[in-house]
Amino acid sequence: MNRTVLDLWVGFFVAIGIAALLFLALKVGNLSSAQLSETYVLQAKFDNIGGLKVRGPVKSAGVVVGRIAEIRFDPASYEAVVVLNVDGRYRFPKDTFASIYTAGLLGEQYVGLDVGGDEKMLNPGETIAKTQSAVVLEKMISQFLFNKAAEGQDNK
Amino acid sequence: MPDLFKPIRRLGHAAVERIWRLGFATRFLFAILQHSGMAFLRLPLLLREIYFSGVLSLVIILVSGLFVGLVLGLQGYETLQRYGSTEALGVLVALSLTRELGPVVAGLLFASRAGSSITAEIGLMKATEQLKAMDMMAVSPIARVVAPRFWGGVIAMPLLAALFSAMGVIGGWLIGVVFIGVDDGAFWSQMQASVDFRYDIVNGVIKSMVFGFAVALIAVFEGYDSAPTAEGVSRAITRTVVTSALAILALDFVLTSFMFRGTS
Repeated sequence: MNRTVLDLWVGFFVAIGIAALLFLALKVGNLSSAQLSETYVLQAKFDNIGGLKVRGPVKSAGVVVGRIAEIRFDPASYEAVVVLNVDGRYRFPKDTFASIYTAGLLGEQYVGLDVGGDEKMLNPGETIAKTQSAVVLEKMISQFLFNKAAEGQDNK
Repeated sequence: MPDLFKPIRRLGHAAVERIWRLGFATRFLFAILQHSGMAFLRLPLLLREIYFSGVLSLVIILVSGLFVGLVLGLQGYETLQRYGSTEALGVLVALSLTRELGPVVAGLLFASRAGSSITAEIGLMKATEQLKAMDMMAVSPIARVVAPRFWGGVIAMPLLAALFSAMGVIGGWLIGVVFIGVDDGAFWSQMQASVDFRYDIVNGVIKSMVFGFAVALIAVFEGYDSAPTAEGVSRAITRTVVTSALAILALDFVLTSFMFRGTS
């Protein structure tokens, strides 16, 4: 069995095909950069998660430190339980504050971790005690309207 | 008295004919799978088919991918500009290519470029009784002719779709960053932040594999099943292109509804 010119072309084709896949994986996708090597799990309970999505970012000081692994409903406390996969390089104090923020006016929602001053650190699997729910725009507007209406009655 | 029931009879005949062919195609698929051990053992045969359906489709795939990317870049910029979020151009181009346009358009091109030539080749072999001659020499035409072409198509298609998507992203980058002047860093970083490897790219590759399987099966089946005349072969080629296009679009809908349902 001898090598033929045809083999060269097929080899070339397969090579650039695989190169295209690698390009998609590394340059277009996030296989290289955003992959979190070693992660540990933290939980947080929210009254209302708004439009939070699984795979959304977890940020601290604006830097992505993890991803949202799971969102489920807790039938005992009627709260949303958000499971966070946090990068193993970073540890957070016990009194860390987890809030749901929106990136920009129309952007995606993410979990922000605001660090407190506690000496003790959160262990993997623990639940973040202090949380702040997503801001629901309708609630804010109705609150504002009610306040205005109340002011109007007081002035009479 | 004219035959009033003739249209109804024809309709019934057509329906039975379709189902008959579908059953035959299924049996044909099993026959191919049964005989495909040979195709992988005799590698030169398979390499020849990868060359014909893969390497020779390279130019059309690369050029069309580039143009689709250019158009996506232009149109995406035009629309995103209204909302002041032109940095999301990379996301738009990459997601629409890896999820949908890459596999689907590459599949359609593959069906018309490679599928039709496979059908024509097998159909002409049948019309000139080469397949029968092989059978007489105790060489199974399915193992010798059909299975290598089938697997050649199945292997070539995902690679072609990946090339199409990669070329399209480069085209979008060319228009967006080089010509219009969207920020280069934002283009790539937003793209990398929003395109997930497993969710978007792997699902796109799975799609292209399914399309490759469908197109290759339709092409070899139509060739094998064609009427052994000049007209029969030309009809078989037409059917290959039409059925493949329909199969790709229908399968795309089914796969999309499985893969991307509202989790993101």
